[in-house]
Amino acid sequence: MRIHIHQSTQYAYDEPIRAAVQILRTTPRPNDGQHISLWRVETDADARLKPGEDAFGNITHALYIDGAIQRLRLTVVGEVETSDTGGVLRGGLERLPVQVFLRETPLTLAGVDLRSYATDVTGGRHDRLDRLHDLLAAIHRDIAVSEEPAGQDTNAAKAFSQGQGCVQDLAHIFISAARHIGAPARFVSGHLFRHDEEVAHNAAHAWAEAHVEGLGWVGFDPVTGACPTDAYVRVASALDYLGAAPVRGARFGGGKEHLDVSLSVAAEPGWRGQ
Amino acid sequence: MSTVSAVRKVCWTIGDAMNSFDEMHGQGPQSVRGLYDKVKSWLDQTPSETMAARRAQAELFFRRIGITFAVYGEAEAGERLIPFDLIPRIISRSEWNLLERGLKQRVATLNAFLSDIYGQQSCLKAGIVPADLIYTNPQYRLEMVGRQAPHGVWVHIAGVDIVRTGERDFYVLEDNARTPSGVSYMLENREVMMRLAPELFANHHVAPVETYTDALLATLRSVAPRGAEADPTIVLLTPGRYNSAFYEHTFLADKLGIELVEGSDLFVRDDKVYMRTTVGPQRVDVIYRRLDDEFIDPLVFNPSSMLGVAGLMSAYLAGNVTLANAVGTGISDDKAVYSYMPDLVRFYTGDEPILQNVPTWRCREPEALSYVLDHLDELVVKEVGGSGGYGMLIGPTSSKDEIEMFRAKLRHAPDQFIAQPTLALSTCPTFVDQGVAPRHVDLRPFVLTGSDEVRITPGGLSRVALREGSLVVNSSQGGGTKDTWVLEA
Amino acid sequence: MLSRTADNLYWTARYVERADFLARVIDSALRLSALPASWSGASTEWESAIATSGAAPGFYALYGDANEQSVCDYLVFSPDNPSSIRSCINMARSNVRAVRTALTSETWEALNAAWNELNTVDPKMGAEEVSRFLEWVKGVSLMFDGSARRTMLRNDAYWFLRLGGAMERADNTARILDVKYHLLLPASESVGGGLDYFQWTTILREVSALTAYRWVYKENVKPWLIADLLILNKQMPRSMASCYDVVSRHLDYLGDLYGRRGPSQKLARAALARMNGLRIDDVFQTGLHEFIGQYLADHAKLGVAITEQYLQ
Repeated sequence: MRIHIHQSTQYAYDEPIRAAVQILRTTPRPNDGQHISLWRVETDADARLKPGEDAFGNITHALYIDGAIQRLRLTVVGEVETSDTGGVLRGGLERLPVQVFLRETPLTLAGVDLRSYATDVTGGRHDRLDRLHDLLAAIHRDIAVSEEPAGQDTNAAKAFSQGQGCVQDLAHIFISAARHIGAPARFVSGHLFRHDEEVAHNAAHAWAEAHVEGLGWVGFDPVTGACPTDAYVRVASALDYLGAAPVRGARFGGGKEHLDVSLSVAAEPGWRGQ
Repeated sequence: MSTVSAVRKVCWTIGDAMNSFDEMHGQGPQSVRGLYDKVKSWLDQTPSETMAARRAQAELFFRRIGITFAVYGEAEAGERLIPFDLIPRIISRSEWNLLERGLKQRVATLNAFLSDIYGQQSCLKAGIVPADLIYTNPQYRLEMVGRQAPHGVWVHIAGVDIVRTGERDFYVLEDNARTPSGVSYMLENREVMMRLAPELFANHHVAPVETYTDALLATLRSVAPRGAEADPTIVLLTPGRYNSAFYEHTFLADKLGIELVEGSDLFVRDDKVYMRTTVGPQRVDVIYRRLDDEFIDPLVFNPSSMLGVAGLMSAYLAGNVTLANAVGTGISDDKAVYSYMPDLVRFYTGDEPILQNVPTWRCREPEALSYVLDHLDELVVKEVGGSGGYGMLIGPTSSKDEIEMFRAKLRHAPDQFIAQPTLALSTCPTFVDQGVAPRHVDLRPFVLTGSDEVRITPGGLSRVALREGSLVVNSSQGGGTKDTWVLEA
Repeated sequence: MLSRTADNLYWTARYVERADFLARVIDSALRLSALPASWSGASTEWESAIATSGAAPGFYALYGDANEQSVCDYLVFSPDNPSSIRSCINMARSNVRAVRTALTSETWEALNAAWNELNTVDPKMGAEEVSRFLEWVKGVSLMFDGSARRTMLRNDAYWFLRLGGAMERADNTARILDVKYHLLLPASESVGGGLDYFQWTTILREVSALTAYRWVYKENVKPWLIADLLILNKQMPRSMASCYDVVSRHLDYLGDLYGRRGPSQKLARAALARMNGLRIDDVFQTGLHEFIGQYLADHAKLGVAITEQYLQ
């Protein structure tokens, strides 16, 4: 599938900001399932973008602005050729040992209830891949997807107890549960082309990957209840949302911030999803 | 038989403290170790009123210059003095030589270990330390994996906690490779002592400690980024005036002649760090930071930190600024990692460890766990990532309920705990209400590692537990300090 | 010097000056309210004390009525008022504590001792105790200023202190005039009688200048001379012109030291030049209120310029 992505983020401030610094994780790396034909990150302000790489091997850009600016537009344009790999990630860049992804983080705290849930719903099977699929099905069945983004500080245990959450929360729930049953797991941010919806949505997608001996990293999307297909563009991965966040920033001055995000994920005409 | 358990900043006595090794009297109350001859006669000959007057003067001095520490949870009114004990704690040159060699070996090992686990990981491959202990530890900073600290130095400043149990028996209790504090007391205690008991200095050849600030400055200068100017700009980054060690931060910045900055005084532009000054932005080359990793950059670590500098890690990883200590040293402060130090010393230096480790049961290992569960009433149990005496059990003095509570904790998350036997800490003569009596002490020498050399100031901070019975040297719980002398002859 | 250090010094001086000003405002109001109503007229002294202190919005959010009790509460001890005397001394001390090494120990101790003493004061006090407390507050500012003047090196640290003090002082004097200008307008002269006299002397007391007035003008209290004393007279250290002399001079010292002059030097000089060429008649001709309004706007602009140039 050839997927076109156009994301535009417009920042407006009540007062001019004096300086700002942001770390962007908006640029995907290629793997066997995705070939990046084109990718551009641009701003309309007098800003410098310094490319780099974070701990997980994600491509980062440090964005520096100084001087009074009241408006800033950040544009990400990309074109990716994808193929279905059955949810298995191959040919990606791995910087860290797999065991690292057994770590619990503040956002992926499991809590007692989620732990026993994870044990229960995967209880019947021994094979790790089977257990992960059981877990995926259970979370997809039991946790509702809310359009409202949950609070920044919502961790897996809290989202689980509420029985619903945003796409990030569902990924966190899956990750926490997978780690509890011994599978290294991580958070993935990216884009999803949806046939069944309007082309324009204003939020990026997120899912999870878990490690299975012999197979490597396998994607699991608790929102769809399935493994990622060629409708997915994988951008960044980390221990949790915070590590893979598309933007983390700080600014000096500026008063109140107004954010306007538009995102379109479109497939090339003539392409049809399977 | 007395047992003394020691944990970070806390020591605990049971029974008769006189049976511990006493640094003045040796093993018997009648004898006096030669080292203390003159101090003993000074104590015997100085009228008690004179001593009382000097102690009052000392307190006045500390109050006037404002050496206080903030007690968490109290308002600014809760700035307290740490009691100072007038009787010096004395270490002979030959004892110090042993300590110094041991400390150098220890800190060299720490640096080699950190270079290794963030680099080749040969100690993991060789099975010296289990890989999952490192990989799943939040103090193992993933941002540093595959990176080297500037000039290969990770632990620029270590404040190693040492306790003594006998004539030649020194144990390392903690390595403190993050942001150790207390050095201002080492310096101020000496200052006060020289004013109040000049006659003692006249007949002892005491190694000076005043050289510490020069040594620290030289250390920090030696690790400036290679691109920095010949005269690098060094700053001390403090969490601010509400931090318990704020006095020390102002003290050191003043002595070093460098700016004391808070996170908001710094900013990062194009991967370079600047401080805001009245003449505009000024480039910063080296940051002596007294702020934990977790808070230094909200864009990489704790996003709600108001104390750090956004973009600092980008500048650090780009090699444009040096942080002392390096990012990621906390992994070596983990108490389970600590337990492997003797093996790590052998692995990296090929030599036997000079300083001993306190024997440690790692509860993550099933056999150790079952031993610990069977002997909870004899052991000290600590959280692997804990510090400051929090979250620990002192078996011999705990109630049945407390022990049972810990038993449940241990069963729930054994890998979060280690256990150690109780140790009989040495004592030193100390002024107490009833006169002079032996009190337990520990020792924190400071080890400086630059790109050029390792510098150790002869001396350190001796902390003393002032109350008899259940004693703590923790400054927030009635512990005091002593001037620490290394005698040249 | 770190911008934060400069900022702390500048604001320390402003807070100390503000505490002193509040003490004088309250003291004058107490005096006026002690007069028989037939002399002082409908008592508005507490409303105007609140207005002069610049704390009206916060005050009326908490209290319905401005009277001796409520105003003293709010302006002296209230922790809810960020500009109460207590808050000012707390803020000054807290600012200074963060930059202790930039001050001499004498200067630090002047404030630290005051802060320690303030912590022992019981906020529940009668009128007489309030008066004594206000005297103590004035003493604190004298101790602080005096210690700084007698012990500090003449460098940027000292200049930022002096700059902050003069900026606050200029602001305070202008604020008194902004609230009370109507009492000084020619029309009010004809009213005559006790009311105006006491109102006028209250203004003079608020700037501690009742005696100074006599020495300078050797005349009965006349409203336009009061205006002259507060606005243009350079013998009077709290006049707006005097304050600007100090502001401009210290900005120039800083500009020379740092080898660069910027917007703040330009604005301060321009303001000073305007005042130097003025006579009080001119001020009344353009309208006292308009003049004060313009002055306050320019003053605020200068404050922003100083902040942008040095303090952040």
